Amino acid sequence: MKALKYILVGFVFGIVLTKSEAVSWYRIYEMFQFQSFHMYGIIMTAVAVGIIGIQFIKRNHLKSLKGEPIIIADKEPGSFRYWIGGLFFGLGWALVGACPGPIFILIGAGFWSVTLILAGALLGTFLYGMLKDKLRH
Amino acid sequence: MNILFQTWPWYISGFLIAMVMLCLNYFGKVFGMSSNLRTMCTIAGADKFSDFFKFDWKAQRWNLAVLAGAMLGGFVAVHYMSDPSNVAINPKTIEQLAAMGIDAPNGKLAPQALFGNAIFESPKMILILIIGGILIGFGSRYAGGCTSGHAIAGMSNLQVPSLKAVIGFFVGGLIMAHFILPLIF
Repeated sequence: MKALKYILVGFVFGIVLTKSEAVSWYRIYEMFQFQSFHMYGIIMTAVAVGIIGIQFIKRNHLKSLKGEPIIIADKEPGSFRYWIGGLFFGLGWALVGACPGPIFILIGAGFWSVTLILAGALLGTFLYGMLKDKLRH
Repeated sequence: MNILFQTWPWYISGFLIAMVMLCLNYFGKVFGMSSNLRTMCTIAGADKFSDFFKFDWKAQRWNLAVLAGAMLGGFVAVHYMSDPSNVAINPKTIEQLAAMGIDAPNGKLAPQALFGNAIFESPKMILILIIGGILIGFGSRYAGGCTSGHAIAGMSNLQVPSLKAVIGFFVGGLIMAHFILPLIF
């Protein structure tokens, strides 16, 4: 089963985000009020370990599970879309306290009201697809 | 075994999140949760309306499997790995929330005021959750990624665009938390 390893990785991700409480509206609010180091600590540790890991992969030209070179594509250069898209995202993140991963994790955990956030997120994604050519990037 | 039930410390959590990302890299994939929203739009038929949704979504099935696993993980963590000591946020934060009429955590992940089933009877709360979702969906596609794709994966790969997006996330979040939320509640 090829899907099994992805389900397993996702399973760990779901447990970690729940047990670290990164899926909690409270933690996001607390973070934006600068009243706890917790969320900053999570993000900074993840990025620090991530940088080391990716540098290790690149410098040693590690191969993937399938034996192919691991290529992590660079993000498209640009500015406007990142600042403004990011701003929109941040407004939503702080309002409902969930980003795309946690939306699904919370629904899985049985928070049915989060299905409304998911419906909105799908609508927002669709809206972007419709407006893409008219937006400055 | 108590440690499993308590709030996991940030250094363990952050480390494990990086491991999840690196695991996906090892499988030849990249970490990014919001791409799934685009995939779902395509599956639902959005490709009939915009070329943005015309892509080989089957190549993204692995990411849907990650999501399914994450949902299962959320279920297990909430139902079998929780205790009342969880979500011990700053007492000052609790005080501030009380002033806005938002209930204290007392071990739960989300306030009843925003996420309890009673909100289905409040058009205002329904609207807030949907609008929040729209901002997240629209913003993450506009910026080309969310907290996982930019804040974790992009910054780990030293991407300047991701840093810009993350600054955008925080500016937006600060505006919401400090200026707009107090107007709503």
